[in-house]
Amino acid sequence: MNRIVVVGYGPTAHRLVESLTGKGFGGRVTVIGEEPRPAYDRVALTSYLSGTTAEDLTYEVPAGVVTRLNTRVTGIDRQARHVTLADGGVEPYDVLVLATGSAPFVPPVPGAEHAFVYRTLEDLDAIRVAAKDAAEGVVVGGGLLGLEAADALRALGLKAHIVEMSPWLMPRQVDEGGGSVLKAHIEGLGLSVHAGAGVQEIVTDDEGQVRGLRKPDGTLVEAQVVVFSAGIRPRDELARSSGLEVGPRGGIVVDPAMRTSDPSIYAVGECALAGGMVYGLVGPCNTMAEVAADRITGGSSTFEGADMSTKLKLLGVEVAQFGAMEGALDVTYMDPVGGVYKRLFISDDARTLLGGICVGDASPYTSLRPFVGKELPASPSDLLFSGAGASLDLPDEAQVCSCNNVCAGDIRTAIADKGVTDVPAIKACTRAGTTCGSCVPMLKQLLEKSGVEVSKALCEHFTYSRAELYDIVRVRRITTFSELISQHGHGRGCDICKPAVASILASLHNGHVLEGERAALQDTNDAFLANIQKNGTYSVVPRIPGGEITPDKLIVIGEVARDFGLYTKITGGQRIDLFGARVEQLPEIWRRLVEAGFESGHAYGKALRTVKSCVGSTWCRYGVQDSVGMAIALELRYRGLRSPHKLKSAVSGCARECAEARSKDFGIIATEQGWNLYVGGNGGFKPRHADLLANDLTTDELIRTIDRFLMFYIRTADRLQRTAAWLESLDGGLDYLREVIMEDSLGICADLDTQMEHHIATYADEWQATLDDPEKLSRFVSFVNAPGVPDPSIVFGSERGQIKPVMAR
Amino acid sequence: MSWTRICGFDALLPERGVCALVDGTQVALFRTYEGELHALANLDPFSGAYVLSRGIVGTRKGEPTVASPLHKQVFSLVSGRCLDDVTVSVPVYAVRVGDDGHVEVSLQPAMATV
Repeated sequence: MNRIVVVGYGPTAHRLVESLTGKGFGGRVTVIGEEPRPAYDRVALTSYLSGTTAEDLTYEVPAGVVTRLNTRVTGIDRQARHVTLADGGVEPYDVLVLATGSAPFVPPVPGAEHAFVYRTLEDLDAIRVAAKDAAEGVVVGGGLLGLEAADALRALGLKAHIVEMSPWLMPRQVDEGGGSVLKAHIEGLGLSVHAGAGVQEIVTDDEGQVRGLRKPDGTLVEAQVVVFSAGIRPRDELARSSGLEVGPRGGIVVDPAMRTSDPSIYAVGECALAGGMVYGLVGPCNTMAEVAADRITGGSSTFEGADMSTKLKLLGVEVAQFGAMEGALDVTYMDPVGGVYKRLFISDDARTLLGGICVGDASPYTSLRPFVGKELPASPSDLLFSGAGASLDLPDEAQVCSCNNVCAGDIRTAIADKGVTDVPAIKACTRAGTTCGSCVPMLKQLLEKSGVEVSKALCEHFTYSRAELYDIVRVRRITTFSELISQHGHGRGCDICKPAVASILASLHNGHVLEGERAALQDTNDAFLANIQKNGTYSVVPRIPGGEITPDKLIVIGEVARDFGLYTKITGGQRIDLFGARVEQLPEIWRRLVEAGFESGHAYGKALRTVKSCVGSTWCRYGVQDSVGMAIALELRYRGLRSPHKLKSAVSGCARECAEARSKDFGIIATEQGWNLYVGGNGGFKPRHADLLANDLTTDELIRTIDRFLMFYIRTADRLQRTAAWLESLDGGLDYLREVIMEDSLGICADLDTQMEHHIATYADEWQATLDDPEKLSRFVSFVNAPGVPDPSIVFGSERGQIKPVMAR
Repeated sequence: MSWTRICGFDALLPERGVCALVDGTQVALFRTYEGELHALANLDPFSGAYVLSRGIVGTRKGEPTVASPLHKQVFSLVSGRCLDDVTVSVPVYAVRVGDDGHVEVSLQPAMATV
């Protein structure tokens, strides 16, 4: 058995081939998909409308897997064991896996051909085009996906309606009480909800333009865009035509090993009918893929149905459901004013938790879902009212991550046996938390409770983390290292805590980094305001905001480099680096540069480096905004801002993204309407694309949001933690960040704003100030007893017409 | 023991180093927070660059130290031993404050701190 053919290339197929290659399957794996690209993340589909690209969403094809995209399978020859393709070709198999997914159900009403569905990137492209000339849109179906589609219409600027057949929204997840709270939330956002209503027809005018949706009572919901999201139907036509057993209402019948009625054909995902059920959630589908991969490679695992629990945040409302939606007893908490509804279902002896429904506050989901079917860990009222659920000990068999079927015991094993000590390591080791992320707080809790002593101590001199020290310095208004270490630390510090505290003092108070005692805290780069190189010389980087520079200034840099015999190289941040300067030359070099109008570029500091830009709308025929102007404004605003690690930024003038803004700590991409802000990007050792924080911001909104992002990062990050790692470790992730800096959930925004204003008001060029101060200048000598003698150990050779260091050995 | 006069005591700042050229040898001089003086070779044995005088001065378990500015290996200011790699050490030189208040260094190996 060495040829596996997979039909369909959605997320389940991806999971299957990933699992096969992960198990070391040595044969040939071919995936045939009808879409033009490999599988992509459908859970994050809606983010495509707000700037995430198709490439970002697309999963990487595992190495060695053969793909045939844009290819339709037309038949299965079970005798010959091959599938036939629309182009006339055949693909032989030893094992065939059907992962054909599902199609959105479109009810057969008049005019339905004018409606859209919400499933693929192409569907979203079509909706986006249609929305351009529309004022109102209606979504048929008030389930999970329907609400997401309605949110998307709203984001596209339409007044959105939701038509739901059931008497309340999300009938599969919430009961009537939860539905009423949900409806109030959604109507509060300006959407209209038509519950208990069906569809009579889609009404079009004489020119075939959609005018609206007629309900059975004859009323018309005016809309120019109609989207159907009324459930899914398994794509079982291939199975049907090749004689495999299918269910009476569709779905390819499979046994617990995911085998169809032909033992060499498996079916997984939304096309499969497992135990009489079709599953449309990512978690169960992934489990099916894992089971099939295990079976194909000789394993014996089985699919025994799945937990259909859900937790999500739609239109700003948390909705969660776990376990059963009924029980002999139930306890309900309802607060229509606060928009919160929580209900627990309990067995008749009041001992066993059966399930729960939450709207507006999903915290019981995280803490209580693992207890479904088990004895209640506390009284129901305590669990609902006092939040007692948060500190419960989970049983080993309790499922923590439902997307990837990881139990508390698996995580405890990883902690105990594999020595993982943080959430990213748990993710890498167990896959828990890697799909929807809703279980990350629980992972953190398990880690804390495991007794693994995760020391946050900065070094032997401070038992505090950087963020804690920052708060100590801020709240107690500490201004010197000596004061801090004598009151809150031990010893006299080291190369770890001293620069960290120097950075905190600089972030909070600004002022010159070489002033008084602070000079002794700095790494050599900050101490000489230049970057040390392997032979003990330094390099010099003048600031060139946005990468824009006049010919005259370019000439000055050239002259300085020539006169001091420096090696020159263009940096990745659109600046010019001058190498090979001896310490005693630095002031002379900078006197020339400052005279010509240059200032420190802080290339040596844990500080803002550059804001790179593309040429933007001034010159570029594609540009929609002045990216250079914005980059210069941002670079001048944040120059000199000391932070836990270096900060890089870029501004692109259009979606082509020539400035590579998404690889930056904060990246800005121009849109027709304004600016999209991305945060947490990184190049370097572990590249990470920045996440979209907010879209279509005005210039004022953009700057205010970046101000707060930076100050919140500076306040809470660990030492030498880039924004990418910080964001990954932030409890609640991007949503939490948005709440804090855009909705002011912690009430600290005014504080963050004031701090940034202080920074901007007190900024002064470090090099200018150094040149003006004989005291500081006196440190820039080769030898304290022979200041005029150049260091004889510094020797240069030449390479490609420039100098290069020559080491003595 | 022959002593070379280097500079005034005040030219050394607390917890910062300077480099002195003594008969062609580069000597890194340090003043601790408490005012003690230490002298090591300026050559960082790991990188081959003459930079130890530009490292951050601190303590490790109470012992005064300097960290190489290039790759951060920590050296004892008292013994010259690298505390991160016991097989490596740098020469330690004698240093004192002379009668006229000037700092003096001797290239003969230091027997004890002054």
